[in-house]
Amino acid sequence: MFGYTFGELGSILAMQTFAGLILFSIFLLMALGLAIIFGQMGVINMAHGEFMILGAYMTYLTSHVFQNYAPGLFGGYFFVAMAVAFVVSGALGLLVEWALIRHLYARPLDTLLATWGLSLILQQAYRSIFGPREVGVTLPDWMMGSLPVTETIEVQINGLFVMGLTLIITGIVALLLFKSKWGLQVRAVTANRTMSGAVGIDTRRVDRLTFGLGCGIAGIAGSAFTMIGSTGPTAGQLYIVDTFLVVVFGGAQSLLGTIFSALTISQSQSTLEFFLTGSMAKVITLLIVIGLLMLRPQGLFVLKVRK
Amino acid sequence: MSATRMDLRKLELIGIAIIAVLILVVLPLALDAFRLNLVGKYLTLAFVAVGLVLCWGHTGILSLGQGVFFGLGGYCMAAFLKLEASSPANTKIQSTPGIPDFMDWNQITEIPWFWVPFKSLPATLILVLLVPAALAFILSAPMFKRRVGGVYFAIITQAMAAVMTILIVGRQGYTGGINGITDLRTLLGWDIRPDFSKYVLYFVCCFLLIGCIFLARYVVGSKLGRILVAVRDKEDRVRFSGYDVSSFKVFVFCLAASISAIGGAMFTLQVGFMSPSFVGIVPSIEMVIFAAVGGRHSLVGAVAGTLLVMWGKTLFSESFPELWLFAMGGLFIAVVLLFPRGLAGLFTDQLLPRLFNMRFFGRSGERVSPAPAE
Repeated sequence: MFGYTFGELGSILAMQTFAGLILFSIFLLMALGLAIIFGQMGVINMAHGEFMILGAYMTYLTSHVFQNYAPGLFGGYFFVAMAVAFVVSGALGLLVEWALIRHLYARPLDTLLATWGLSLILQQAYRSIFGPREVGVTLPDWMMGSLPVTETIEVQINGLFVMGLTLIITGIVALLLFKSKWGLQVRAVTANRTMSGAVGIDTRRVDRLTFGLGCGIAGIAGSAFTMIGSTGPTAGQLYIVDTFLVVVFGGAQSLLGTIFSALTISQSQSTLEFFLTGSMAKVITLLIVIGLLMLRPQGLFVLKVRK
Repeated sequence: MSATRMDLRKLELIGIAIIAVLILVVLPLALDAFRLNLVGKYLTLAFVAVGLVLCWGHTGILSLGQGVFFGLGGYCMAAFLKLEASSPANTKIQSTPGIPDFMDWNQITEIPWFWVPFKSLPATLILVLLVPAALAFILSAPMFKRRVGGVYFAIITQAMAAVMTILIVGRQGYTGGINGITDLRTLLGWDIRPDFSKYVLYFVCCFLLIGCIFLARYVVGSKLGRILVAVRDKEDRVRFSGYDVSSFKVFVFCLAASISAIGGAMFTLQVGFMSPSFVGIVPSIEMVIFAAVGGRHSLVGAVAGTLLVMWGKTLFSESFPELWLFAMGGLFIAVVLLFPRGLAGLFTDQLLPRLFNMRFFGRSGERVSPAPAE
């Protein structure tokens, strides 16, 4: 088959699945923040990619601080960087919600235009501050290299790390949404905003925290990206379509749907990439998603909400 | 209400007259050939903005993929011009004479089947209008039948724009790839490159644009136009009244696609090339902002918005390239937050009442809200 032996084919399949799993982790990390914002609040945040890039730049800065002032602790800088990325992106998210988004809750399509404007401003700000070229971070030694599983199969440690990170963050978000008081309030506001307000939930505050948290998670996602690729001022725009499709395909209000659609899209893309060129794999994946959305417009998993 | 409605229609006619005088008389007299060609390029984008006023402002369908239709129109025209420029005599140094140069570079020895219709001008002109409308129909009919709208439709059209760009860039042998289709020379033997031809094409473009504005104005003013506005404001009620809402929406979306495609075809003729940089997500959203700045309900506003934004872009990026994105981003936010009805709204709501003590919309007027909540 295709000129490979069965053993080789098995290894290729395993490696391809692993690559697909890394892609899945990235998609899921990107989509989580957006799923919270779009799914729960109905706000289209086109600047989501720029919030991720902010997290990536924060990681870049943190790595420099550690390199110059605390080289002995360099191995652990990544954990500090993620915290910084979360706090800075989340804080910017809160600010943006206060200055921009809260005026537009009744007009979801207008949030799209306004946040697109925001994304242009952020892109130019990154270009002015960090320069137009792509920047990469130095990984600590323990994250480099790969683990051999069998003679022909090996997995990258940074890939494994991203996967673990995704697992943990998804778990935290699920706990927050389904076990905390705040999560209960978010779900109540999603189901019926007026009624939630009537029973004493401060819907304004819930919205602001939700938006801030979504942006903070985007920051962590961006931080995780730096382990895999480099970061430039316009990198955020590349991901925005994929991310939105993952969220919409899964069913905007369902966390499980987001996870499942990220898995479907990433696996189909990495499998197709083996047979076709990268760009054609992408085209076919996007077309399949568009086609399925036409058949099932609410996405894979529908949450029953009374409107 | 009916009296003010009539007044607004009259006012719009005056607006169209002012725009017509500006682009047909003032600009050609005031600008040199290079600058006028630039304005002609802006005007081709105004076709897209006019289409967006129809489908977004009047029907509430926001499409983030209008660049696809602009591009398809442009590529259809470019295919015709390219085949004409690649006659066996012009391309005799190639390994396969008689086919476009980029196909030759990609080891293609025969003109692919979907290029064949573009050998004839009448077929090309029909396809310029039909291909985008057909794609718009395929995309929108299943979605509107299933009552997918608003945000979801916007995201899917955006994905379509992404697919189109990847396809054009990836299939270099059939589309010219990232460089696009370049080196276009003649239209039925008439050289389109000298200044005189550019002047002629500029005026053709102006007349077509004014024609499209009148067509759109006719649609808006007809009974169909009233139904479209009703669909935008309360879709369910229109459906309950017995109208087949989805057919109206599909029709207006296809019409907007065809109007955008005329712009694309004129772009190719005036600028002399077509490339994927006018098809993707970024240009498509920029086209939405043209309509938003001008006023998403106003046909004249759409043209004015396009001219202003593009002129600002050229001016800023010539002298302060780093400021341009800040200005553009600020414009997006300002339009949405401060004047959602755009320039046309500022004009009818603020300027005219102060000048002439006229009021077109009540203080709490029902049309002041720019777009209905989904």
